[in-house]
Amino acid sequence: MDDELIIGNRRFNSRFILGSGKFSLEMTKAVMENGGVEIATLAVRRANAGGEENILDYIPKGLTLLPNTSGARNSDEAVRIAMLARELGCGDMIKIEIIKDSRYLLPDNCETIKATKILADEGFIVMPYMMPDLSAARSMADAGASAIMPLGAPIGSNKGLLTKDFIKIMVDELDLPIIVDAGIGRPSQACEAMEMGCAAVMANTAIATAGNIPMMAKAFKLSIEAGRMAFLSKPGRVLQNGGEASSPLTGFLEDVR
Amino acid sequence: MKVNGKDHGPVLPMTVKGLVSSMGFREDRVAVELNGKIVSRARYADTALKDDDSVEIVGFVGGG
Repeated sequence: MDDELIIGNRRFNSRFILGSGKFSLEMTKAVMENGGVEIATLAVRRANAGGEENILDYIPKGLTLLPNTSGARNSDEAVRIAMLARELGCGDMIKIEIIKDSRYLLPDNCETIKATKILADEGFIVMPYMMPDLSAARSMADAGASAIMPLGAPIGSNKGLLTKDFIKIMVDELDLPIIVDAGIGRPSQACEAMEMGCAAVMANTAIATAGNIPMMAKAFKLSIEAGRMAFLSKPGRVLQNGGEASSPLTGFLEDVR
Repeated sequence: MKVNGKDHGPVLPMTVKGLVSSMGFREDRVAVELNGKIVSRARYADTALKDDDSVEIVGFVGGG
């Protein structure tokens, strides 16, 4: 099907972005394969003692890596982490994630706008994780973002699309891909996000905390595909009152007068 | 010298290349910051370390 996800100058067939945290390294590959994943996020951290296994050895060839700036508390730290990520040599895509609040893990939109500008000017394909706010999203678009990643609910909560109405406003008003990131806990919620026109869904904890992890990855893949197909099909109208018969209304089994 | 926030002890003279290798890292799996500035891989061999340097060595890990 000729329906690509376009982010900056990159094109993808899958609309399921996987967060790679919380999995064992052995499980990582199975999840990516079952989910038909083409983009996976990674974090940058101080390297532990040499000789340890590296997640890059467990990621299928050809997959696009999307480093995040997790751990950053302001734009300077995010820029520093992004530069290190690019130096690691896995491309120029970056998910900006700037969090000061350690209880709810909510992103700081102001600092994120600043970092978006700096990193877009540096030539990165910038994907800011943000609190769904149309005005802030417009500023990020103006600053050079290639996609906008509003949260559905707090990171790791599995609570779903709590911010649904605000994300829909962004879908309707912005030309950039809107990718729901954080909080999605069930395939039905991912499907709903896609049905309303989101360009992709990112999930991590929903899969990592499932009883059968590879099967849940497959469930997300299918639900995201179903939601996208439903969006492209243009869902039918909703009646405010009453019903409308789906079968012919001519009565039978009674006497004809 | 500090490496990743810890005192590394007096192991000088040494280059970034020597440090990365002595800690058992593969060069293509790490990025190095020396006193807040990135050192590109091509410069590891001719970047000497001093006693008061602060070095960060980072790599990718799983994360959302």
